[in-house]
Amino acid sequence: MLRYIAKRFLIMLVTILIIVTLTFVLMHAIPGSPFNQERGTSEAVQANLEAHYHLDEPMYIQYLLYLKSIVTFDFGPSIKQPTSTVNDLLGRGFPISLELGLVSVIVAIISGILLGIIAALRHNGIIDYAAMAIAVLGISIPNFILATQLIQSFAVTWKILPAATWSSPKHMILPVIALATGPMAIIARLTRSSMLEVLTQDYIKMARAKGLSPYKIVFKHALKNALMPVVTILGTLLAGILTGTFVLEKIFAIPGMGKYFVESINNRDYPVIMGTTVFYSAFLIIMLFLVDIAYGILDPRIKLHKKEAE
Amino acid sequence: MSLAEKPKEPQSAGIPDEWFRPLDKNGQDAEKVSRPSLSYWSDAWQRLVKNKLAMGGLIFLIFLALLAIFGPIFSPYSVREINPPNQNMAPSAEHWFGTDELGRDVFTRTWYGARISLFVGLMAALIDFFIGVVYGGISGYKGGRADNIMMRIIEILYGLPYLLVVILLLVVMGPSLATIIVALSVTGWVGMARIVRGQVLQLKNHEFVLASQSFGAKSWRIIRKNLLPNTMGPIIVQMTLTVPTAIFAEAFLSFLGLGIQAPYASWGVMANDALSTILSGDWWRLFFPALFISLTMFAFNVLGDGLQDALDPKLRE
Repeated sequence: MLRYIAKRFLIMLVTILIIVTLTFVLMHAIPGSPFNQERGTSEAVQANLEAHYHLDEPMYIQYLLYLKSIVTFDFGPSIKQPTSTVNDLLGRGFPISLELGLVSVIVAIISGILLGIIAALRHNGIIDYAAMAIAVLGISIPNFILATQLIQSFAVTWKILPAATWSSPKHMILPVIALATGPMAIIARLTRSSMLEVLTQDYIKMARAKGLSPYKIVFKHALKNALMPVVTILGTLLAGILTGTFVLEKIFAIPGMGKYFVESINNRDYPVIMGTTVFYSAFLIIMLFLVDIAYGILDPRIKLHKKEAE
Repeated sequence: MSLAEKPKEPQSAGIPDEWFRPLDKNGQDAEKVSRPSLSYWSDAWQRLVKNKLAMGGLIFLIFLALLAIFGPIFSPYSVREINPPNQNMAPSAEHWFGTDELGRDVFTRTWYGARISLFVGLMAALIDFFIGVVYGGISGYKGGRADNIMMRIIEILYGLPYLLVVILLLVVMGPSLATIIVALSVTGWVGMARIVRGQVLQLKNHEFVLASQSFGAKSWRIIRKNLLPNTMGPIIVQMTLTVPTAIFAEAFLSFLGLGIQAPYASWGVMANDALSTILSGDWWRLFFPALFISLTMFAFNVLGDGLQDALDPKLRE
């Protein structure tokens, strides 16, 4: 187990290093220096500025400095909003994005698993077909399209729910539905198929023969094994939800990190783009690592069969 | 047959002679398989046809492709011609899907959008296919150290958040049709490579591969001629599911301002441009691109599911 964790940890570090290096290389691939536009600064000022930001140093020194700044969690200033650093923006926006993301993850997992179980228990019944129809639709409708249609019907036409901003639990309903539906559908389909497989196994027949209630069989015996495939895709789902927050925050005018990120893309505020990308990537990669570890702990077979299973 | 085989014995005397009929001379063909033998593909096709949802998806996609190719030709309006007097008109007999804020016909633009969205999706799937098959094929067939190193690389790439890398690349390269496809393919092939490798790993110890090897076939020939044809099922399913992912990603990027640039428009760009019209009630601007993105993704998804069932030999009864 320890070996497995160590190996995963190493891969995680390399992955983070690669994304950090990639941002560095790309940042320097953009033609021109950040200081040669509109300002009309004199040569001396320009040189001073470049010296201040170490832009006159050789590339590898700049790279090491960049690595150091990342390790010390300092992403530098924003170019377009001179009063804020990237850290300020992250500090302001990330908690809100995290709240939106977390609520959506929880909603998606709970409703997805429930939907999947119900569909599996009523296999080939009307409920099963209905649940799977919902699931395929949920996978097919992109979250930003769903968001716009939700606003159109609930906020504009029926005026039941607020269309934008992030100030009360009521404001959370539409963005969370928009964000959670896709992952919910994926979880529901996975839960259903693995539940169907588990339900045919001997130990479930045994439990039934013992006269256990269906409730107990499902939740105590079947679910534990049926959820293993769901755990494996949690990492991917988190990535989807996280990137989903970018557009949804734009659509719902939620002042989260995604809003700053989209703004920074539109006015080419490179430090913010790079800082956010590194921060979010690291966050996701660490999550992926934790999911992997959780999977290793939950499924004791993984240690031996990991290689063949790939 | 049992009647015919019975020797004429006194016990059967009760049966009138005319009940016995001589065997047809051609009767030796009794063991012949009467139905034509089914190849893997015709068998899969027959089962796909039975899946109504998947066939519906396939028919929709064919229809969509035809409209994408020929739709703009039959439309009297141009995709980029700006016509201010006609701006924001509701759907009518002249403009079936209405017009946008520059007076452009949404119907015409929808089929142009279909061209771009389908092109992005198909190109991404094709590039994934080529890189993934070569990489996965070599990794799986070579095995040993090479496989080990190649798999570590895949594990690392797999950990990179797909859309974030795409966004990063597009910010630097600038959004255009070509850069979007390149950016989508940079990490997109990893899934295909994993599938191909897994399949090749399973197949390479079979006797037919050994036979090829003993005839002196080169590795690449074995991969190409012996191994890949046997993995086409999962590969096709994976490609079918890559297309909607790419279409989604392209639309998503449009929402971030990194989509195809004007005057061309993908569905994502059209939907993004129409965002501001939600509140003004010009519903058609958003509705049509949104509808077609969703329907197309739905069609590809159900077709992919159907193909998965149809192409999986384990499910054959």
